[in-house]
Amino acid sequence: MSVEAAPRPGADKGGVKKQVELPWSKAIDFARKSIRIRFWRSMITAGGIFLGIAFLASVLTSREIAGSTLDVKEASRMNWLVILSLVVCTVGITNSMLMSVTERFKEIGTMKCLGALSQFVVRLFMIEAFFLGIIASVLGWAVGTILIVLLKLASGVPDNAPAGTTALGELTMVKVLWILVFCVPVGSILTAVATYIPAMRAAQIPPAAALRVDV
Amino acid sequence: MAVTEEAITNGAVNGPVRATQTEYVVRAKDLIKEFQMGQETTRALNGVSLDIKRGEYISIMGPSGSGKSTFFNMIGGLDKPNKGSVFINDVDMAQLDAQELAFLRCHTIGYIFQSYNLIPVMTALENVMLPTIFAGKPSEEGTARAMELLEIVGLGHRLHHKPSELSGGQQQRVAIARSLANNPSIVLADEPTGNLDLKTGTEIIALMRKLNKEQGVTIISATHDHKMVDVSDRVVWIRDGRVDKIENREDIEVHIGSMGGEEEA
Repeated sequence: MSVEAAPRPGADKGGVKKQVELPWSKAIDFARKSIRIRFWRSMITAGGIFLGIAFLASVLTSREIAGSTLDVKEASRMNWLVILSLVVCTVGITNSMLMSVTERFKEIGTMKCLGALSQFVVRLFMIEAFFLGIIASVLGWAVGTILIVLLKLASGVPDNAPAGTTALGELTMVKVLWILVFCVPVGSILTAVATYIPAMRAAQIPPAAALRVDV
Repeated sequence: MAVTEEAITNGAVNGPVRATQTEYVVRAKDLIKEFQMGQETTRALNGVSLDIKRGEYISIMGPSGSGKSTFFNMIGGLDKPNKGSVFINDVDMAQLDAQELAFLRCHTIGYIFQSYNLIPVMTALENVMLPTIFAGKPSEEGTARAMELLEIVGLGHRLHHKPSELSGGQQQRVAIARSLANNPSIVLADEPTGNLDLKTGTEIIALMRKLNKEQGVTIISATHDHKMVDVSDRVVWIRDGRVDKIENREDIEVHIGSMGGEEEA
């Protein structure tokens, strides 16, 4: 039963102060719990990210396998594929995050009624998205890469390949790891960006309106 | 201003003191709220004024679409009026920035909703603790407070249940406990019995009245549940965005003979 609003001397707003900002650790704690508790829902959200990154990783891997044996035409086709996969990735992630923010409008409204600041709500969703993005990207990278490697191993060395090439061409462990280093930031940052706009919008509408929303 | 501040501090420290103070905890002046619906502008509130005393139990009654929920949202700081002003503890809400509004929602006002609005992924205890976390209180203090409140509302044995594992009445009890987490001076209840059956609704109303008396918290409830009239100090009827009439309890008992059940202690 503590006195929560002990007025400061000279305060002119009847003891109303600025709401405290919660530390990042609190938001991280909230986000972690939220992912863990709605694990399967989170995994479906992550599915969109996972598929996008798996596609990206597989395209990048097969480009590395072809390596310097790519002719100019093939190389530009590959680049197009990479761009395309990035687009697929972005659309998939945006859709997942849009959905997952929208279905929690009411929760956002409730939290704001209880005294959450808009920036806390945004922060919470961003961290959650970032976590999901990392997990889904690593999984997507692993699955995309492994699938392509298995496919190449199964189809064997191409007939027109120069002597001495293996089924995996110029792919090395280092290159595989480089793809990981590329995929994870792409996945997690895209996820965070895709979350930012809906979360921002949701956090800024008056709580009354957020509570009215039925999804 | 010093007098007011002192009054607020007293109120926060010692609940029942509030009930004896005669100053107004909520003052709404000439509220006008319009909603844009396509081409048309609908006026949900058309100049509503109301003063609410500390420790009162007020029911806001009116048919759906009368503007009572809109009015409720205005005095709760959940929405802004187009014209007019709302004072909470003599503070004009229009003067507050987002952070100060959040502070007010966190410390001064507690909310109870028709559909409970508990966070589905959190246990009863975590739900009740939530406002204390937003207030920046240490979690031991929040846990202790939440356990105390859940005990008061009769859910001491359901601390670790999720909302989905609780009945409607129990969920509303959790919501009531949550609304009191930071010792607010006002609790706003929007159709608190709307989703409950007759018996559970009566229990919830009795609980709210008990907390109103024991904790000295002002309760403002938007409702069209006539059971609520029984326990209210005053009933405010809203119709077509205006205050139609304000009745004291004694007057209502004259009007509706069957409602004289509750006696004051």
